[in-house]
Amino acid sequence: MLTINVAADSLLARSVLKPLEYAASEPDGLRIKMGNRTPLFDTHVAMGGKIVDFGGWDMPLHYGSQLDEHNKVRTDAGMFDVSHMTVVDVDGPAARDYLRYLLANDVAKLDGKPGKALYTGMLNDQGGVIDDLIVYLRDPGYRVVVNCATRDKDLAWMNKQAESFDVTLTERPHLAMIAIQGPNAIAKTKEVLGIDWTAAIDALKVFESVARGDWFVARTGYTGEDGLEIMLSGEDASGFWRALADAGVAPCGLGARDTLRLEAGMNLYGHEMDEETSPLVANMAWTVAWEPEGRNFIGRAVLEEEKAQGVKHKLVGLVLEERGVLRAGQQVVVDGTEERGIITSGTFSPTLGYSIAMARVPVSVGDTAEVEIRKKLQPVRVVKPCFVRNGKSVI
Amino acid sequence: MSEIRNELKYLSSHEWARLEEDGTVTIGISDHAQDALGDVVYVETPEVGSTLAAGDEAGVVESVKAASDIYSPVSGEVVAVNEALEDSPETVNSSPYDDGWFFRIKPSDVSELDNMLDAEAYREESAE
Repeated sequence: MLTINVAADSLLARSVLKPLEYAASEPDGLRIKMGNRTPLFDTHVAMGGKIVDFGGWDMPLHYGSQLDEHNKVRTDAGMFDVSHMTVVDVDGPAARDYLRYLLANDVAKLDGKPGKALYTGMLNDQGGVIDDLIVYLRDPGYRVVVNCATRDKDLAWMNKQAESFDVTLTERPHLAMIAIQGPNAIAKTKEVLGIDWTAAIDALKVFESVARGDWFVARTGYTGEDGLEIMLSGEDASGFWRALADAGVAPCGLGARDTLRLEAGMNLYGHEMDEETSPLVANMAWTVAWEPEGRNFIGRAVLEEEKAQGVKHKLVGLVLEERGVLRAGQQVVVDGTEERGIITSGTFSPTLGYSIAMARVPVSVGDTAEVEIRKKLQPVRVVKPCFVRNGKSVI
Repeated sequence: MSEIRNELKYLSSHEWARLEEDGTVTIGISDHAQDALGDVVYVETPEVGSTLAAGDEAGVVESVKAASDIYSPVSGEVVAVNEALEDSPETVNSSPYDDGWFFRIKPSDVSELDNMLDAEAYREESAE
């Protein structure tokens, strides 16, 4: 029965096959294979988290019901342990020049705005996406947050490019990171952090951050809801997590994180883009800073040529209002061409009550298309790749 | 730990089967399977009146994160399907052995049940 039909490249799908069972009392010696663990691992186990392997990390998939956790974030407040993500601080006199060369978006947009964040792709020489990341302007220096599954190649690439610049890259593996998301997320976090933080958090606009010591509080997220992403010392993480839970913030696993980001139309590395995919066909054209023309960044020449010739594919949203669930890897039949598109991420949308997907398709696509599900073609609606924002349908 | 009922027979692919007093066989998925799948959002059952052979694909169960085929452990005619799952697929999670059954077969060879795992063998298998 557990013959999984979805694309084999989905980490979440693969994890369903081999759930790891942990008990808090289990002696370490009994474990055959142990993944990396965040400072919150024991807390997840104690709170009933179902632990699975995620890119080499033992992470909670859910704490009982992925659907309940999803809905909590859309209507109230939920929190995610994202400490597995890789934090790298970039310092030195050439930090700005280095990042302007390394990244497709332009960190010059952050000049004079300490704490401000920028979303960008890091491209290879062929214009493919090595990773997507957020860069924050610290004062001084920058902080970069990249994906965990891509950590090794990211660091290798960043170090290689750093050779010709006077910069220092410092990974911060001892930091934990907790994302608190939902319409009540900021209010509940302020309740926990107390009066010392109230004014600073109230002053944050979207995509801004404020730092104090090891604490780094950013108004960013990956759910389509308002909220905060907070970096803090690993030692403080468990106490903070439990205090948030006491304040009514629901612990949420990676399962809900995936359905929330998909509803919000946010890309997941390895699905919507990878080293073979240009940002121009991954709905990331807005993150490529063409101006000023004189700024040379890695991948620029190839992207300019691609842009001049016109892109052949684009990322769209698909909506299946019939029964069934769209899944990554399913083929998409569109008007005007024999060439088929492909679903990059698909799921049941808990907020909408039917299935949604993101798909890379030929640009000739119209308002409708068909998806091949178990050898049958099902009609789908084609929409912009963004389905839910701030708890409401936007399609 | 997942519940494994002693009176049921199992496939290593996580279906269970129960011989009813009227001679029909009820089929569903195990507690272990529903737990591994997570929230079930859609169930496709076979058509009443259709004929299945043991090992045939009989339907599909989709959770938020994965789709899985359901196989029939015995041959025969489908005499009933659990229509309640159409509106309440989450019943598979809350009651995998009772209200969350999938379909019922009138078996053409009831001895096919002997080819299935008993609870103990299934317990060993699903413990990996």
